[in-house]
Amino acid sequence: MKKIIVSDPTLRDGNHALGHQLNVRQMVMYAAASDAAGVAIVEVGHGNGLGASSLQVGESAIEDLAMLGAVRAVLKHAKLGVHIIPGFGTINKNLKPAIEAGVDVVRVASHCTEADTTQRHIGYAREKGRVAYGVLMMSHMAAKEVLLNECRKMESYGAEAVVLMDSAGAYLPADVSERIGFLARNLSIPVGFHGHNNLGMAVANSAAAAEAGATLLDGSARGLGAGAGNTPLEVMIAVLHRMGYSTDVDLYKILDAADLAERHLMPKIPTISSLSIASGLAGVFSGFAKHVERVAAEYGVDAREVFRELGNRKVVAGQEDVAIEVAIELAARKGEEK
Amino acid sequence: MPRLNVAILGSGNIGTDLLIKTMRSSLLRCVLFVGRNLQSSGLAKAGSLGVPISWRGIEAIVEKPHICDLVFDATSALDHQTHWPILDRLGKIVVDMTPARLGAMCVPAVNRDSCLEKRNINMVTCGGQAAIPLACAIRQSHRDVSYVEIVSSIAARSAGPATRINLDEYVETTEKALVALSGCRRSKAILILNPADPCINMQTTLFAKVAQPNLERCRAAVAVMEKKVQDYVPGYQVIVPPIYENGRIVIMVRVQGSGDHLPTYAGNLDIIDCAAVAMAEAIARKHFHVTPQTKNGPGL
Repeated sequence: MKKIIVSDPTLRDGNHALGHQLNVRQMVMYAAASDAAGVAIVEVGHGNGLGASSLQVGESAIEDLAMLGAVRAVLKHAKLGVHIIPGFGTINKNLKPAIEAGVDVVRVASHCTEADTTQRHIGYAREKGRVAYGVLMMSHMAAKEVLLNECRKMESYGAEAVVLMDSAGAYLPADVSERIGFLARNLSIPVGFHGHNNLGMAVANSAAAAEAGATLLDGSARGLGAGAGNTPLEVMIAVLHRMGYSTDVDLYKILDAADLAERHLMPKIPTISSLSIASGLAGVFSGFAKHVERVAAEYGVDAREVFRELGNRKVVAGQEDVAIEVAIELAARKGEEK
Repeated sequence: MPRLNVAILGSGNIGTDLLIKTMRSSLLRCVLFVGRNLQSSGLAKAGSLGVPISWRGIEAIVEKPHICDLVFDATSALDHQTHWPILDRLGKIVVDMTPARLGAMCVPAVNRDSCLEKRNINMVTCGGQAAIPLACAIRQSHRDVSYVEIVSSIAARSAGPATRINLDEYVETTEKALVALSGCRRSKAILILNPADPCINMQTTLFAKVAQPNLERCRAAVAVMEKKVQDYVPGYQVIVPPIYENGRIVIMVRVQGSGDHLPTYAGNLDIIDCAAVAMAEAIARKHFHVTPQTKNGPGL
């Protein structure tokens, strides 16, 4: 039976949905449930990872190290994972103390064409004896040949697996099969997939990734994540088991964990809002949703138009500030037309 | 008219752009352009412009120390740590283009004069050059600035290998310079590489937390600062003047380059290189007690 390693970013990506306000009590409660269900990696942090608490993306309710310490203490089997984007977090300020706090898996992320920015961070994690993965965000923006080249760079820096993120929720299953299949055929390290649900495709895309050769899949409880949310973990597990994959995850226990997350973590279950669909179609990072909604209301413009213009400008994760400029520009244009 | 003899160490994007800018200056003469690979396009470019070249790295200056008074170090933060003690021993003034932060952090619009006597002048980072004048303008118009955060987006194609390997130094140097030069209490810097084609212009957004925002005073101070920077970076432009949004002051600037080495989108190259040339020229003037022929002469 083919085996899938399951990584759970509820306590990291889920923070996007909650304005980065998850508290220690919530984190500890969910981490323990996810651990008990048999998830391999529990990811913790600000939505954009280590050192990303900011006015640009949102300020965390608690310090990175407080989250890591608390969750570390309750994990019995699962590995403790973090996400770090060079340009946001640095080795000295963020990665070094996180590793000292007991992080096992370091997922170093870059925009899908900028893998060479991850070299030192991947190298550092390996040097410290930790597992290091390379993560390519916004992967719909590059062709499969380009992605392969970037993955090979990450492998050469020491990455032990590479994960493609559908950060905008823009993929259809055929897109995933094509890219993941190409990478799995041409790389010697495991390939992973992280889905977003803007077009309702997250579970189908994750299943397609597994069929195409991915052996590492991300999913979060009830899909808790940016915008329309991630791949709902409990659905993904059920589907993978139906398809004949083994995951080490106990279905009933992960259903319990999802129920617990629904009760204690989320003010509302992520849904595919109309704006999330516009975001997915525009190919813009789902995490922009809250920012776009706010500035669109403030400047009296259509949030969907803001997304469309952001898509035209090909903004990448981390460029949330551009939403303000676009809203001001659209408002000015609207003023001229009147 | 006498000129200050300068050498450029590093034949990447920054070094090559600096070369073109120094050649336009009436106060500087580039006497040596140094790389480490004879095949590099930077060396070929310098050769074609008739500038003496070497591929032997810092050794080229050690062997002929008398030829220059000032060295621009456009290598990498790690390399600069090796270069500085050597250049210091040779008695050179060094303008450090890397985020190594061994020398005095310098943003000409903010602290040009206090850096003139320094032997190692650190040009901070492109984001620092764009944002620190704005942070100072906010500080001038507010009693207490508790936090400043800057986000710079640059075209991926304008970021060479040294820039990419130095992202951590970029972040930490920019953050330290923000606090040291503007007097804000806390700072954060974020750098984004954007691969869009056609390439995006360099853009920097500054967010600030202040106790009692005074937008009117802030706008006036930002306008004055914008002019000061434009004196040496012609493509520097405030595109969103101070607004108060979501509990924070927001200002956005765009930097268009002059298209010397890379096309005009590479404002990140232009702003730090223009700042470095402005400093070298100020040093030349002090050194020779000369003033440029015309006030708006080339390279100023």
